[in-house]
Amino acid sequence: MSNAFVAVVQRDLRLAGRRRIEALLPLGFFVVASGLFPIGVSPEPQTLQTIAPGVVWVCALLAAMLSVTQMFTSDHQDGSLEQMLLAPQPLILLALGKVAAHWITSGLPLVVAAPLIGVMFDMNADAIGMMVLTLLMGTPILSLLGAVGGALTLGLRSGAALVFLLVLPLTIPALIFGTGAVGAINGGQSAQAHLSLLGALLIVTLLGAPLATAAALRISMD
Amino acid sequence: MTHAPAQPLRWNTYAAPSRFYPMAGKWIPWFWAAAALLGAAGLWTGFAIAPTDFQQGDAYRIIFIHVPAAWMSMVIYLVMAFWAVWGWMLNARMASMYARALAPTGAMFTFVALWTGALWGKPTWGTWWVWDARLTSEFILLLLYGGYIALTEAIDDPRRAANAGALLALVGAVNIPIIYFSVKWWNTLHQGSTINMGAAPKMASTMLTAMLLMTFCFWAYAFAVVFTRARAIVLEQESDTEWVRALGAGQDQ
Repeated sequence: MSNAFVAVVQRDLRLAGRRRIEALLPLGFFVVASGLFPIGVSPEPQTLQTIAPGVVWVCALLAAMLSVTQMFTSDHQDGSLEQMLLAPQPLILLALGKVAAHWITSGLPLVVAAPLIGVMFDMNADAIGMMVLTLLMGTPILSLLGAVGGALTLGLRSGAALVFLLVLPLTIPALIFGTGAVGAINGGQSAQAHLSLLGALLIVTLLGAPLATAAALRISMD
Repeated sequence: MTHAPAQPLRWNTYAAPSRFYPMAGKWIPWFWAAAALLGAAGLWTGFAIAPTDFQQGDAYRIIFIHVPAAWMSMVIYLVMAFWAVWGWMLNARMASMYARALAPTGAMFTFVALWTGALWGKPTWGTWWVWDARLTSEFILLLLYGGYIALTEAIDDPRRAANAGALLALVGAVNIPIIYFSVKWWNTLHQGSTINMGAAPKMASTMLTAMLLMTFCFWAYAFAVVFTRARAIVLEQESDTEWVRALGAGQDQ
């Protein structure tokens, strides 16, 4: 059964590897968008340090939403999504595989690039470390929730814009605890509570979102 | 017009759009009348009889609209999610249509609650908007309504639109407590305790009466508007059925 999961992940990674630039577009968006804030708001180190976790997190949210519409689109177009629905393996597992591949190709690069943005925002080493940790826990939540949105808007003309409206309100708790943890470190407090809640959120989303994604795919392909 | 044959009233009698349509049509004027009477009584009690507040002066009187609207915004989301999921699970068309009819009214009440809250906040708090936990979660509720309406409108196939909307409403309903508590916690962590709305002085009984009257008025209004909208949706989605064609063929009503 886990073979199906691994197969889906491998297939999506291979597909992404064939179109590397396309796979790296969310990362490009992430860097460009967060690079605009110092120019737009203020280059003062004090201000930058305050807004840095929020900016990085919000840009990560937007970058993730930008790419989730692609999660099912090409499979929908070439008919392989239909085969996945008909396959004997549970659809939840296949959906989870798609999410994992999406996270590896678009979430993980953001986590890796985040320290760079942190340095540009004059954050200190502790805060950068905490930000990377929260992004590591938070970006899977974004991929999981984004998959629900991507499945619901499958094949719609305005799907790409709709996903933002559908999914972003649901990601607010992750944003709160993710930035809260960094804020706590900056304020000299323990980030333990935020991390625990973010972890709980990840577990709950991991349990619920693939179920919803599978149901949404069945609705959309009905 | 050709009605479905008369039969004993069952719990699902009005689940048939062809029976819902005339029933709703009969009730709508009564709901309008109830809304008008209750609204007049509530506004009279609230604006003429209820005493001026010791601390807030007359500015507080907006709560006779604000609080019932906020209640309605939350209740309607739950009712909408309930009917949407009911329609999805049992494949009941009327429930799905009813859910879609509820959404704009719920969004309207959310907006009214936010708007009147801003009008109240300016003289009382000195600002139109604070990122207080309640305001923020009400704002997020408006976004959830917006997402539901946008999704159901973007999908052409009515069945897929209804089911996709149901899933979204369900995910939203599950998330509402999580969002509410995380926002509340975020708020207390970031800003210290801001203005506490729970600390209002004890309410005079006339104020409570006015507020309840306005709440019932909003209920009646919501029924009237949602029934009207549901009837329009029924006509639109059932336009190829015999009984709708018979309606269009000449008989008024």
